[in-house]
Amino acid sequence: MSEALKTEMCGVEFKNPVALASGTCGFGEELNEYFDISLLGGICSKGLTLNPRKGNTGIRIWETPSGIMNSVGLENPGVKAYIEDHLDFVNSKDIVNIVNLGGHCIDDYLQGIELLNPCRFDFLELNISCPNVKSGGMNFGVKTEVAREVVREARKICKHKMIVKLSPNAEDITSLARMCEEEGADALTLVNTFLGLAIDINRKKAVFDNGYAGLSGPAIKPIALRMVNQVSKSVKIPVMGVGGITSWQDAIEFIMAGATTLQVGTASFMAPSKSVSIIEGMEKYCKENGISNLSEIRGII
Amino acid sequence: MSVIEYNKKLSSDMYLMKVKEKNNSKMGQFYMLRAWDTYPVLSRPISIYDADSESVTFLYKTVGKGTEYFATLKEGDKITLEGPHGNGFPQLKGKIALVGGGVGIAPLYLTAKKLKESGSKVDVYLGFSGETVLTDEYEKVCDNLKVNVGGFVTDDINPEDYDAIFTCGPDIMMRILTEKAAKDAREVPVYVSMENRMACGYGVCLCCSVDTENGNMRACKEGPVFIGKEVYR
Repeated sequence: MSEALKTEMCGVEFKNPVALASGTCGFGEELNEYFDISLLGGICSKGLTLNPRKGNTGIRIWETPSGIMNSVGLENPGVKAYIEDHLDFVNSKDIVNIVNLGGHCIDDYLQGIELLNPCRFDFLELNISCPNVKSGGMNFGVKTEVAREVVREARKICKHKMIVKLSPNAEDITSLARMCEEEGADALTLVNTFLGLAIDINRKKAVFDNGYAGLSGPAIKPIALRMVNQVSKSVKIPVMGVGGITSWQDAIEFIMAGATTLQVGTASFMAPSKSVSIIEGMEKYCKENGISNLSEIRGII
Repeated sequence: MSVIEYNKKLSSDMYLMKVKEKNNSKMGQFYMLRAWDTYPVLSRPISIYDADSESVTFLYKTVGKGTEYFATLKEGDKITLEGPHGNGFPQLKGKIALVGGGVGIAPLYLTAKKLKESGSKVDVYLGFSGETVLTDEYEKVCDNLKVNVGGFVTDDINPEDYDAIFTCGPDIMMRILTEKAAKDAREVPVYVSMENRMACGYGVCLCCSVDTENGNMRACKEGPVFIGKEVYR
């Protein structure tokens, strides 16, 4: 294991800074058939909600130039089923366990947190930015003062270290980030998907039943990188950088932009073990450049 | 990476590609195919047309950037095969009808072969909107072949004549077949192979979820083959 990639975030040690992003890795079970997921730094669970959700109807995935749009709509088995059926598996692995929680109203978040409070895991990732749930997460993540209430109430009762996952669709992402810091968030994840629209010109309708959908992949990388850079300069809490990381070069860029740790999302759809090759490439880069730890290049831009 | 043995154009938009790949694939399974780095983003789920232990053959139709790129590949070119995925068709015995529409005929070739090998009687029904492909090949691996061009392949079948029906193709075709079979007293089981859009192909993205009477199922993992009446309710 490489010393160069070892990263500490909020007192939790990551053997490397690469985690899998929520919604792109299930609960790790399927990917573990391809490689030992203990090779990774961390894993963010599929976005959970208090109650199970069937997700959105219609087309859920659409390819765009260098990107994908998804409208899965938080299909998930609910917090209780996660605790009963999946939590032990992730905990059996040597990996930082990040549980992602979404909601439709503040009470949903709080009840979910109450259920999760007695469980063993490393971070709660509060998703206030899912674009695919109507009357849901999106509204919370766009306006700073609306988001403040969720973060404040969640912080009051959450017994775990808490990461807030921010939306790039926020009116002002740095003010949103500063608000999270003020309200006691331990770290931030940015960014979630960008709200986009695809139209089927033959049907003369939006591709997605839900109208707008979330864009991810290489297409969003430069914008995500800029946001990580801006936010990491304006807050003291660490940032998990995510948005179109598909190569080790991308990963190094995010570290240089100021990210403490990273999340790989869409890239896992290109090949199941893409995250592992990103880790290997980062190791090689550090070795070749005489970098004894990533902290030497973190936030240098 | 695997090596392409041949990649033949069969019609204006259908191709047959044989790839050297050690495998133990089952009828009705699929692979995620990729012959590029990061663009297009996603790999393409393609049904297995035929397979032996040393090779896999794919029948595909050009419908977008990915498959159009596949069409440019030549003998000796490399392609990444990730799989096989999915449950495939069940190994049943009896009198079985295989019903395919358009490029949905793809998984029925190996299926016919395997079912015949294990002693079933197999009738194949192929529906095409225009040009036909590979009908001579299908004829060799079944007892009776019926080809329908421009009409409704579902009109040609009497479900009561069979112990089971396997189908792959347009949603409307599979739905009509399921409903037709349900009307008969024998309620012949119809197994449908779903072609939902996929991102990952291995069960993590939930983009290919199928709404079934047993809840959401992943076409790539619990499917692509489902019992028709559990999907078309």
